[in-house]
Amino acid sequence: MYQHTRLSNNNFGILQKFKNFDYTLLFCILLLGFISLTTIYSTDGGEVLFHTKSHFTKLVVFTLMMLIISFINIKFWFSLGYLSYLAVIGLLVWTYLFGITSSGSQRWINLYFINLQPSELMKIFIILCLAKYFHRMKLENVNSIYTILTSLIIIMLPMGLVIVQPDLGTALLIAVSGIAVLWFAGINHKYFIYTMLGFVISLPFIIAFLKPYQKLRVLTFLNPDRDPLGAGYQIIQSKIAVGSGGIFGKGFLKGTQSYLEFLPEKHTDFIFTLFSEEFGFVGSTILLLIYAIIIYRIVAIGASCRSYFAKIFCYSFSAAIFVFITINMSMVLGLLPIVGSPLPIMSYGGSSMLATMIGFGIVMSARVHNQQLIA
Amino acid sequence: MINSSSDNVKKLNSINRRMFITGSFKFFIMVGIVSRLFFLQVKENKKYLTLSDKNRIREWKLAPVRGEFQDYFGNVIAGNFEAYQLHVIPEQVEDFRYVIFRLKDLLELSDKEFKKILKKKREIKPWETLIVSDNLSWQKFSKINNHLYDLNGVKPVISISRNYPYSENFTHLIGYVSQANQKDIENLDSIKKNFVPGLKVGKVGLEKSFEEKLIGSNDIERYEVNAYGRRISQLEFQKGKKGETLRLTIDTEVQKLTSNLLKDKAGSICVMDIYTGAIIAMNSSPSFDPNLFVFGISNDDWQLIRNDPLKPLVNKTLQGNYSPGSTIKPIVALSALENGIINTNFTVKCTGKTEMYGQTYHCWKKKGHGFVSLRNAMKQSCDTYFYEISRKLGVDKLSETAKKFGLGEKVFGNLFEIEKKGLVPNTQWKKNALGQGWLLGETMITGIGQGYIQTTPIQLCLMTAQIANGGHKIYPQIVVGQQIENQSIEKFSPLYKNSKNIKIVQDAMFGSTNEVMGTSYKSRIDNPKYQFAGKTGTAQVKKITERERELDLKTFQIPYEQRDHALYVAFGPYKNPRYALSILIEHGGNGSTTAAPMAKELFKLIIDRHSIRESIDSKKYLEI
Repeated sequence: MYQHTRLSNNNFGILQKFKNFDYTLLFCILLLGFISLTTIYSTDGGEVLFHTKSHFTKLVVFTLMMLIISFINIKFWFSLGYLSYLAVIGLLVWTYLFGITSSGSQRWINLYFINLQPSELMKIFIILCLAKYFHRMKLENVNSIYTILTSLIIIMLPMGLVIVQPDLGTALLIAVSGIAVLWFAGINHKYFIYTMLGFVISLPFIIAFLKPYQKLRVLTFLNPDRDPLGAGYQIIQSKIAVGSGGIFGKGFLKGTQSYLEFLPEKHTDFIFTLFSEEFGFVGSTILLLIYAIIIYRIVAIGASCRSYFAKIFCYSFSAAIFVFITINMSMVLGLLPIVGSPLPIMSYGGSSMLATMIGFGIVMSARVHNQQLIA
Repeated sequence: MINSSSDNVKKLNSINRRMFITGSFKFFIMVGIVSRLFFLQVKENKKYLTLSDKNRIREWKLAPVRGEFQDYFGNVIAGNFEAYQLHVIPEQVEDFRYVIFRLKDLLELSDKEFKKILKKKREIKPWETLIVSDNLSWQKFSKINNHLYDLNGVKPVISISRNYPYSENFTHLIGYVSQANQKDIENLDSIKKNFVPGLKVGKVGLEKSFEEKLIGSNDIERYEVNAYGRRISQLEFQKGKKGETLRLTIDTEVQKLTSNLLKDKAGSICVMDIYTGAIIAMNSSPSFDPNLFVFGISNDDWQLIRNDPLKPLVNKTLQGNYSPGSTIKPIVALSALENGIINTNFTVKCTGKTEMYGQTYHCWKKKGHGFVSLRNAMKQSCDTYFYEISRKLGVDKLSETAKKFGLGEKVFGNLFEIEKKGLVPNTQWKKNALGQGWLLGETMITGIGQGYIQTTPIQLCLMTAQIANGGHKIYPQIVVGQQIENQSIEKFSPLYKNSKNIKIVQDAMFGSTNEVMGTSYKSRIDNPKYQFAGKTGTAQVKKITERERELDLKTFQIPYEQRDHALYVAFGPYKNPRYALSILIEHGGNGSTTAAPMAKELFKLIIDRHSIRESIDSKKYLEI
């Protein structure tokens, strides 16, 4: 009965929306934002310089945007599923044609107020698109060749556009996002196993096709000491920074490795290294815990949603964000080769934050409208 | 509706099951990352902390302050002075070109020097110090200081550097310092440990021998640096220790006199205390100014020294192997007495020459000395007498005595790398070295200090000292309180079988200097306070041909290289001997006319200085 009355009520009252809001998630995101701001402040050498100001502005703007997204009905986001995907594909094509080239790859488009990296957005919108695609599908149709092929094309298209930039790392992360959706949509687990096996077997051939700098990264990962001042420098210095942090860290603004510029790319990919050096094992574990809570909350929100679309989006998004986090951390801790993936929210970089915040916004919208059914 | 709802249920079951699997995966991966963090930050923390410190902390060593050399009276003979230097840190200079050209004008640098500085600038990092000039005169230094307003980034610096106030007086003894090279660093750990670019280390002489004591230790500055090596902040300053100051047994006044006496000659003088073995003076001529080497010698100066025919680079006192000539005769006489070959009454008739197996052996006096006893033979240095007694003695017994008195081995042990051993031949040696049997004639010429036998001036000095002190073993000493190694035999152990024999030789040497007909009679001092006894020597550098013998040329008529070496050994005062000396003048002609007169001047000064030396000693005892 209760459900029925709620069902008929498609117009959620604003009060109801506030009531449904997940404040734990919001708190964790804000806390993370605060931590990231102080860490960026530390990379600026303890002064409010360009990066800090820019990061702060982005945090404020994108957090507000996230809140706005969360109060818009999930149905609206559902309806945007294909359109947004196509829009980002358009942006990728635009990037391919007119993008800005920096350090050898053409990844950005100039939007005057921001240099946008569409490949980052694709990490989220591919989930939205595929979630919509699988929303209405019957379980028995999921494993049909037609479905699998279509979804593979949906994944391969942006991947191809990103690989040509060239940016293999982001392309792989887009694939991860897409595959997460396929997994939750119920594609036969055999396919995953076969793909995995196939990947492992073809690994030597893939390596043969890698660009020299990519090969170097893999070799460096396997043995960072083979060229300690060249390719291995980043990973060695990162490990030194993390390791020298100890249990309680060197203290805020006292990370010598980053302060004395031994750490490369400290405000983007290696932000966790700096944080870990200054706040130690305890700080890093707390940061991981915050991420864990966020991921848990997203899963919980997914579980509470009535619509299949919201569920699949939340689960896939939580899985994707988990992979982004762990890949970045494993990379800076020397567990994986350097692939160039930012740490969500923590890393400096507008596109990544924009994408993540959009994702969070949709998840929150799912929470706020968790009783919403989508036809 | 039912269909669709049952499909929905199936879909929900599927997604929830998969979420559960994913969740478990996430959990394990999280645990993996936390354990990796634990491994790096807790377990391996020490290792990475060390690596991080190695990254950020860099040490800068400053050149240590070198220990000084003093003479016996505490005068500094190798000290430190404040060198005026000019440093520029290129990065701190706004307009480097302007400043460097301005400096070129002010310092009046030649184009060559200027190019050298520019080259140096290119080799260093912009924040490293460029030494524009390492030893400026005071005038130029003050000139620069007056123009500093115009020379942004130029730093006048006072740095400590080696200085030899007596310039060439002590060169052969003390040596000199110069920039350490790769070999120096490899050879000595203390240099390796204290090395900084521009470090000066001893290259020869005592500067080299006592490097470990002299070098001291660095001041150490610890800086925090960034990844590019730029200094960020100073963390620590650790004061180094100045090197040890070494006091020598040398008397600068005597040393200066030896320099004057040897002026424009090639030769050597050494003076020794016959009881303590203390070296009072030790000089080799010609010498050169060691200060030239401190900041790197210019090529012109170097060529001048290197090409000097008198060979200033050779330390003749230690490196010069010379035939001792007649200065060996006291040892020959002593050996003959000790071995009972002769007694004081033994006489030989000298006719000016003697024949042996068809070879003629000449006495220096053509007419001959007639019947000579030991005392007269020593006095007049009769060669025939010594041919005869050495023939009877045999070379093996002679070499035994000679070696006992310090010939044929290094006087200073391993102290000086360059010291030569000389050569005291015997039958065994010839067989081993030349593969030939010893000839009797060779014994005879060995008896007058010619042939194979070779000695260094310092060996002759030690030999004379040990005769003078009554035949007791002494060990030469050059640094106060520093024993030279390899002094195993007990000090003052007797070197004779019968002390009377030493007395006989001493008396014969007295006659040689203080009695009419004595070879150095003209150089005698009658005042008993200064009276000394000695033996002249004239060492041939080539065999004299019969024709030359007939010509009987005066010294100045013979080409320089063919002139005899003049030698003189002596001790004094005769009544109560205390000092012994040896003099060698290369190609100086006759020992009695060239070398012996120098001894006269030396003994006057040495004996006058003796009481001053004693007062220093007693003062020292009082302090203790």
